[in-house]
Amino acid sequence: MAFKRQIDRLPIIPANARVNNVTCHYCIVGCGYKAYSWPINQQGGTAASENWAGVDLSEQQYQDTDAWYAPSMYNVVRQDGRDVHLVIKPDVDCVVNSGLGSIRGARMAENRRSEVTGTQLQRLTEPMVWRYGSWQPTSWDDALDLVAQVTARVVTEGSEDDLYVSMFDHGGSAGGYENTWGTGKLYFGAMKVKNVRIHNRPAYNSEVHATRDMGVGELNNAYEDAELADTIMVVGANPLETQTNYFLNHWIPNLQGATLSKKREMMPDEPHEAGRIIIVDPRRTVTVNACEETAGPENVLHLQINSGTDMVLFNALLTHIADQGWVDQDFIDNHTALGGELAADDAMGEVAGASGQEMLPRKPRTEGQPTDLTTFAEALARNRTSIEDAAEITGLNPADIIKAAEWIAMPKEGGFRRRTMIGYEKGIIWGNDNYRTNGALVNLALATGNIGREGGGCVRLGGHQEGYVRPSDAHVGRPAPYVDQLIIQGGGKVHHVWACDHYKTTLNATEFKRVYNHRTNMVKEAMDAAAGKTREELVDAIVAAVNAGGLFSVNVDIIHTKIGQGAHVILPAVESGEMDLTSMNGERRMRLVERYMDGPGVAQPDCLIAAGIAQNMERVLTEMGRTDYAAQFQGFDWLTVEDVFNDGYRQNAGGGEFVTYDRLRAMGNNGFQEPAVGLDGETIVGTPRLYADGKFGTEDGRALFCVAEWNGLQAPGKEEQRANHAFLINNGRSNINWQNWFLDQDNEFVRDRFPYPFIQMHPDDLAELGVAQGDLVEVWNADGATQAMVYPTDTVRPKETFMLFASPAGVQGNVINAGVNELVLPNYKQTWANIRKLSAAPATVTGLSFKSWEYDAG
Amino acid sequence: MKCGKLVDVGRRSFLRGGLMTGAGVAAAAVAGTGAAPAHAQTSLARVQNPSTRLANLADLVVNEPLDITYPDEDSPGVLLKLGTPVQGGVGPDGDVVAFSVMCPHKGWLMSYNTADKTLNCPGHFSRFDCEAGGQQVWGHATQNLPQFQLRVDETGDIFAEGADELIYGRLSNVLQA
Ligand code: SF4
Ligand code: FES
Repeated sequence: MAFKRQIDRLPIIPANARVNNVTCHYCIVGCGYKAYSWPINQQGGTAASENWAGVDLSEQQYQDTDAWYAPSMYNVVRQDGRDVHLVIKPDVDCVVNSGLGSIRGARMAENRRSEVTGTQLQRLTEPMVWRYGSWQPTSWDDALDLVAQVTARVVTEGSEDDLYVSMFDHGGSAGGYENTWGTGKLYFGAMKVKNVRIHNRPAYNSEVHATRDMGVGELNNAYEDAELADTIMVVGANPLETQTNYFLNHWIPNLQGATLSKKREMMPDEPHEAGRIIIVDPRRTVTVNACEETAGPENVLHLQINSGTDMVLFNALLTHIADQGWVDQDFIDNHTALGGELAADDAMGEVAGASGQEMLPRKPRTEGQPTDLTTFAEALARNRTSIEDAAEITGLNPADIIKAAEWIAMPKEGGFRRRTMIGYEKGIIWGNDNYRTNGALVNLALATGNIGREGGGCVRLGGHQEGYVRPSDAHVGRPAPYVDQLIIQGGGKVHHVWACDHYKTTLNATEFKRVYNHRTNMVKEAMDAAAGKTREELVDAIVAAVNAGGLFSVNVDIIHTKIGQGAHVILPAVESGEMDLTSMNGERRMRLVERYMDGPGVAQPDCLIAAGIAQNMERVLTEMGRTDYAAQFQGFDWLTVEDVFNDGYRQNAGGGEFVTYDRLRAMGNNGFQEPAVGLDGETIVGTPRLYADGKFGTEDGRALFCVAEWNGLQAPGKEEQRANHAFLINNGRSNINWQNWFLDQDNEFVRDRFPYPFIQMHPDDLAELGVAQGDLVEVWNADGATQAMVYPTDTVRPKETFMLFASPAGVQGNVINAGVNELVLPNYKQTWANIRKLSAAPATVTGLSFKSWEYDAG
Repeated sequence: MKCGKLVDVGRRSFLRGGLMTGAGVAAAAVAGTGAAPAHAQTSLARVQNPSTRLANLADLVVNEPLDITYPDEDSPGVLLKLGTPVQGGVGPDGDVVAFSVMCPHKGWLMSYNTADKTLNCPGHFSRFDCEAGGQQVWGHATQNLPQFQLRVDETGDIFAEGADELIYGRLSNVLQA
């Protein structure tokens, strides 16, 4: 049954409503929104003078109007202790989205916690500790004391290596520069925690080491480049669903030809046409459909590649482009490696800590790489791949590979270099042979001179926004410890978890959950047995339990998560909008989201929770007589989030000295593009494109090419899994579901559409298995099992399914085996399993639409 | 596609009767608009919806969309006889439904695809299932499509008497002074 809100009117925003800048905190795009709030007992009127829009609202408003908002954009929330009306609507003046909202971001208001309207009551409001066999609300002092007592005992009796930490490294949501600094200063400054992992993967590593090692930070272009490119090449990404308004507001206009005048104006000396697009994906996504509808099928080249063979395609394209003489030789000569002896370490550039303007986003980066990084000539020689060999391995038509090479690099009329922008995401990042595949793609961009120039760029399209500034992580090492696997093997005694839900988003998840439940239960039992004892006796009991193989788990989050079921202490955090928060988007555009409402109960910003842990550690260690160690936990006396920003970003981020809250506030939803390079009055001057000067992020400023030799399925266990199971279980995200559904699991509109994760299956497979649309099926292999709801479509090929990732109602990670690449990057995309029917369509599924997702005007 | 700069274009296209689309496109002339004046309501918790005759059952042909407006002439919609009983369907076969055709994302006018009985939006590719209560099959709107509640009287006249979601472009389904 289609969910309906039965709302037929909304309060009108008055002319004098308070207005705050909001950057959508969901996906990487970072669309601008405005938050309007006003007292609960007032409202605007329909007369132009009585409402925020200054228009007559007694009349129908038309297409693309700014003078309307949907029920999902409205709520009643607490602000400075009082109930207020809140509308959060897209900002027409933001250059990122120009007034577009998406199905995720335009539900921001509805996904705020409200005791009045009853939304998001799942938010945590008070610290809780495990006491008398369940979680009991308690004070911050009590909860933080227990965390510090146990943590201090464990790291002093053993070492800091016994403290495991899972912590977000992203912007937006509850991330951002303030919170990554607060947590980073605790674990990498006061301590040197080595066994640490990031929110979505089992180690503390970059997802794109290769491009960074080559000297090319992964967010190197501007969204405008998608409007200026002759050709866009997109690999393993589905931007209509996962970078929605970037695609709609910047790619589509180029494919439509709507940016031609801009192209002519900005690049007057060369011929221009409407953009064309190459899409590399084993599945026909809605992005393919939208591009075809917009540009005409003749301007869209969908390369429906065999899963995991992308590197071979890139090598063949490089070979063909070089053999045709279409490379940018000037660029190669002047801006890439010169040859001679290139020791791997020379090639690496400095070990980056928190700063480093040439390598945004600031991310983990330490030494050692799995393959040679070298000159163009050597990479070309060693990567050389014929069109025929590539066609054989990739399953593509040879003519299509040649056509792709032409679209990427064949000079335009008059001999002008073709401008090609390359975008990629999880299809190769969480795919086969991450390092070499990423490197082989960046090779293409470097060889054709497409980095640092208008209409170019070789960029990851991104998931979350970024907001990373932390003390150096060099002590973590490379490869970084495979934390989730170490936990399975009994590693760690205390686990601090910051906004990570391994239960929904790790690989080998079946085994991880089994062990984590067992180890944390050992501690719960010890705590239960110590009921009625003193704090000292309780800590003794916990320490004894962790020494016997248990794990003490501290969970900091905005909701009670799945992994939080194992926690012994739960600490409530606030998120974007409930604190001031800075982040940058996929073109490094930095904005300040202003606090427009109160956090739930006594929830705190993560950075201030980290400070609370540090202060309690200092006190407890002092009481233990460890005064030297205790002194390391000083420097956390921040009073406000802005203090954290000034301590972290301003002191440690390249260009940070130019950036203040006041300046960001004044620059609104357009902000500036990092890194900041100066001031023009009070306006921060940014950097639209990295490497516009041709100087890359290596020691000598010359970019490196990557040797990428084909080794088949690289990660351990993958080839065996493929050989023994019938179906490819490709997987990823959808338009409607944001990440691991942490708020959406409590949103009726979302749960109504997909009560279970869908698995897209070809009709032939349905017939073979005897299943129908909406049936629940079990997806199982030697590594685990999960469930999904059958969604028939011919946009996937027979024997190749696509399952929604990170649903709480069917965890896809259960069937991902533990094998990772050399640098501990998981491989989700190449997963094989068998499928069997579990149940006919359950009641929640009946009445759902199972029609095609492809736009078709009929 | 800089939204917000297209307000005028949108208005013009609607006044012209639908730029690329308009649900029925070449279908029948717009059927009756409300007898009850849709203006000057006093403020109620929920608005008082007019009861508006849209058509007679005899006017409908299976899977041929009929352009309508409801609750007033500025709010275009479509009346459909789908041929099989569906969610919210009325009439002897439980198959007569009506929906707004302004996309609840950014208000572009949608067109009806007779092959799979969906409404499709040329704005940004959203589509809604007329056989599933206007559920968004795929798209950007944060609500399913407003469906008009229908009543059929003994003569076969079909009346619209309310909507189950907020209609695009108005903060009150029944416009108020
Ligand atoms: S495209 Fe991304 S940033 Fe923009 S509104 Fe949607 S979720 Fe938010
Ligand atoms: S107006 Fe955007 S999809 Fe309909």
